Formats: sequence, structure tokens, C-alpha cells
Amino acid sequence: MDAGQALADLTEISSQIEAAVLAGADGSVDASTFAEEERGQAAAAAAVELLRAADQARTEGGDRLVQLQAAMPEGSVFVVRDEKRLVAAVTGAEPTAGLIFYDLKTCLRLAGEDPEKKAPRRRRKKEEGEGDGEG
Amino acid sequence: MAAGSLAGAFLWRRRSGRTREHVDLYFADGSMVSFGDDSPQAAHLLPLARRVLSQAR
Repeated sequence: MDAGQALADLTEISSQIEAAVLAGADGSVDASTFAEEERGQAAAAAAVELLRAADQARTEGGDRLVQLQAAMPEGSVFVVRDEKRLVAAVTGAEPTAGLIFYDLKTCLRLAGEDPEKKAPRRRRKKEEGEGDGEG
Repeated sequence: MAAGSLAGAFLWRRRSGRTREHVDLYFADGSMVSFGDDSPQAAHLLPLARRVLSQAR
């Protein structure tokens, strides 16, 4: 699935998300729902900076930072990342964080899928009409 | 009496309290760290988050 479609699906299923941007790890925008392109770019750049600062904020060594929520009275910012991309989203105040994270992770996964590779289909039950008519 | 006081305090806090600012970080190993608004980490991270937020509005 391409990035634009993954982001369109995200905003369709998650009514809490006001705006979102899907970007490379360096902040280069793949797709955005921001009203203006420049705003999407600025949001992606700020999200990259936020992730970097958050990486440094943890004083103890440990595993890789994969997602964060910054909650403020005027709204929340969510960022989820994998090895190649990040998705940042803005919501209103007091969102359902678990759902937002789930939807953002799904969006990242879909955006990373090979568009040529189709989802596995369920096998149809073979029609076995041939054997029934015997005798 | 004590239970009533606790319930009252809870309701008062709930009514009067705005959403407390905080930043929650989640790591690949499943661990999580939360920085409250009185922490230096949050003081550093929240302005960056506001920059993201401001682009949407």
C-alpha cells in the first residue's frame, strides 16, 4: 500500500486524529493530511526533533524508543516509528492513547508493505462436483 | 468519613484539574517512562511537541 493510502485509511478509521504526517526517518514527507504542504514538512521535522530529544531524555541505556505521546491541555502529539519511517499525529485533548497508538502502528505497517505483494487470500474450497455424480 | 473525604478530594481534583501535561516514552522492550510537567525532560520535550501541534491548527 502506498503512503498516501495508508494515511487516508488512518484518518478514516480514527476520528480522534486531526492531522497526521507519514515521513522517512530523516523527516522527508511521504504523505500528509496537513492543510498545506509546508505545514506537513514542518510537522515532520519537528517530530524528528522530538524523537531525537526523547531518545536523549532517557538517562538509562535501554531499548529503542518506538513511540511517544506528549499530552497537553490543548491536545496531544503522538509519534510512532519503525526502522524506516515515522508517523506523527495530532489529536484533541484526552484522546484514547491505546487506540491511537494501535492505529498509527497499523498505518506504518501498511505503508511499509510491498504494493505488489497482495494480502494472502483464503483458499476457496474446491468444487468437488465431479466425484458426486458417479454410480 | 475517610472514604467520603477521599471521594471528595478525587472529585475536586477531577473537576478542577486540567489535563496534566506529560510525555510518555515507549520502548521496543515494552518498557515505558513518563515525564510529568515538573520534570526537566518534559520541559525540554513539550515545546517540541507544541511545534508539531501548532502546524495542525
